Amino acid sequence: MSAADGGGTTTLVVRVENKAGVLARVAGLFARRGFNIESLAVAPTDDERFSRLTIVVGVDAAPMEQVVKQLDKLVNVVDIRELNPSASVERELMMVTVRANPEIRGQILDLVRIFQATVLNVGYDEIMVSLTGSPSRVDDFEDLLLPYGIVDVQRTGKVALPKLVKAAPDPLAP
Amino acid sequence: MNMNGGQALMKALENEGVDILFGLPGGAILPVYDPLIDSSIRHVLVRHEQGAGHMAEGYAHATGRPGVAMVTSGPAATNIVTPLCDAYMDSIPMVVVTGQVPYAAIGTDAFQECDTTGITMSVTKHNYLVTEAADIPQVIHDAFYIATTGRPGPVLVDIPKDIVDPNNPRSAMEWYTPDSHDLPGYLPNQAGDAELIRQAAKLICEAERPVLYTGGGILKSRGAEALLELAEMTGIHVVTTLMNRGGFPDDHPLCLGMPGMHGNYTAVTAMQEADLLIALGARFDDRVTGKVGEFAPLANIIHVDIDSAELGKVRRPDVAIQGDCRVVIEELVKALKEMGGSEAQPDRNQWRSRISGWQERFPLTYEQSKGDELLKPQYVLEQLRDSTPSDTIVASGVGQHQMWTSQYWKFNHPYTWVNSGGLGTMGFAIPAAIGAKAGRPDRMVWAVDGDGCFQMTAQELVTAATEGFPIKVALINNAYLGMVRQWQEMFYEERYSEVYLTRDVPDYKMWAEALGCVGLRVESPEEVGPAIAQANEIDDQPVVVEFRCEAEENVFPMVPAGMSNSDVVVDPSQRDQPR
Repeated sequence: MSAADGGGTTTLVVRVENKAGVLARVAGLFARRGFNIESLAVAPTDDERFSRLTIVVGVDAAPMEQVVKQLDKLVNVVDIRELNPSASVERELMMVTVRANPEIRGQILDLVRIFQATVLNVGYDEIMVSLTGSPSRVDDFEDLLLPYGIVDVQRTGKVALPKLVKAAPDPLAP
Repeated sequence: MNMNGGQALMKALENEGVDILFGLPGGAILPVYDPLIDSSIRHVLVRHEQGAGHMAEGYAHATGRPGVAMVTSGPAATNIVTPLCDAYMDSIPMVVVTGQVPYAAIGTDAFQECDTTGITMSVTKHNYLVTEAADIPQVIHDAFYIATTGRPGPVLVDIPKDIVDPNNPRSAMEWYTPDSHDLPGYLPNQAGDAELIRQAAKLICEAERPVLYTGGGILKSRGAEALLELAEMTGIHVVTTLMNRGGFPDDHPLCLGMPGMHGNYTAVTAMQEADLLIALGARFDDRVTGKVGEFAPLANIIHVDIDSAELGKVRRPDVAIQGDCRVVIEELVKALKEMGGSEAQPDRNQWRSRISGWQERFPLTYEQSKGDELLKPQYVLEQLRDSTPSDTIVASGVGQHQMWTSQYWKFNHPYTWVNSGGLGTMGFAIPAAIGAKAGRPDRMVWAVDGDGCFQMTAQELVTAATEGFPIKVALINNAYLGMVRQWQEMFYEERYSEVYLTRDVPDYKMWAEALGCVGLRVESPEEVGPAIAQANEIDDQPVVVEFRCEAEENVFPMVPAGMSNSDVVVDPSQRDQPR
């Protein structure tokens, strides 16, 4: 099962110091321990001293523990959260340019409507659209566009945050 | 105070308590060598940058203080990668300063440029490329803090030439004394979890066949005294891994000595038969465990380590305690006292008598040379051990001579054994011995070296001779890359491939003299004692004693690689003994 199917993957949210070379340290550690990074998203946080990396890796549980511990030893790594897919909300952005002759443009616009995607740019025989959604929904959209001929596609890699607590606090709790 | 980056670097090193610096100048680091003249720090001019790194390691091994080396950019930086990796594997506190091409030239393939921080990323605990002169005081302060706290290790600081060059405006800066560290991702923890320590104490009080499996973490945490108290209170036997020789006295009745691939039979077997292993600052290295799946199959595991990544890395512990070894042992002793101390320990007489039975049937042994046979290396080491002060510092290279030294020496003091354990760096002995002598000039320092190792770093004897470090080298010349020869004999049907080094070339006596040392050669057993006595008398010059040894002597016991420790191969003379 590939990571795109959501099987055997772990999402690590790693807060690091916003310094030169930190991404290389993190990526190098994964390479040294023989792990392939499926996707990686890097962005600044609300505190400018730090960046947040969202790393999706396909792994077994036991060596994953070792990678997390080794990662934690990097001086520039501040903290690490492992996000279980079922306990987190995940989003990914895709931009895609599809072949779209004037005759079939309507079919593609149908898909855009169904998926609530956005048209970004239109050419004579091509159309550029974007979709933000869960990685599996983005996969579905990409699969449906495939037969029309994908000219170019860019995906950001997944970002995630833990799901929020649903139950109201027990008023009798101390 | 206004100064330039080079002056700031020297001042920062002085402020960290550095008294000695091992190095070799070159283009990019040149500006720093000028303020060095006015510094209180002594500089030792090495003959090869690898030597500087191993000297810094030897210094750290012997003193517990961080060793410091300084070299230039490019080839000098790549030459010091081996010592960095060695220090990383053996958790040696070390700070290496490298020169770098001017900041604006980085990435242009400038003369003697290399990506030093990139190359050393995976062999350092942390490294820095300093981009502004004003950062130098803080970075040096942080580098020493990181190198010496938590699990110690090497830290490299790469310094572009322009920020230390007084002729460059980029080197101008205002001195400040840093008083804190802004390292939000680095928070080393010392204390162990109290509840886990209680659980460990409970397991100890229930164990019938416990063994203390002690590693380099004992020495790193200055925990030898605490270990002695724990062992004596509980009466539990202690094995000392290659990295903890000296961390528990070999002459102590509870000491079982070295375990592992060439460990003695009793240490290997006691661990194998134990129902509880108390691993203190040890990392279940493959040279200790043999085939991991069959290692100590009956044992519960208590694992104490400062590095939480070691807990469960190889063997899943029953109680895993992250913390400094000394601190945790002291807490463990307290917890055990609360449970009744030595009174609360079960009757382990049966276990003790099994252990003494193994010790009687399988002592370390070898056959003395007969007739015109050359020397037995074990005999040389016994003689050396018996004719030197008990606090002599011994450094060794890597191979057969290293294993014989660890086996036959009696280490009764911490910080007297200096060797390359994890990386297994041939050529470590001579520069490491020089570093140890630099740190402990009051001690006698012997390097035990093989002929293969000697040829890798002998040039540092020039450093020893000219800088005034009268170390002594016992050169075990068996004319072979002996450990490889042994493996080819045992596992490759005696098909010897590229292991013969020749007996007479180089002429080690003449070479030693050419390097500024006294050179002695010993060929028969009766010459051994007098030659050692003569070497011990010389205190104003390094000495090399070449001991011409039998080529075919093998190191036993041996657990062949990948085999279970239960299949330990003992000396041929002991193979009929009942196990």
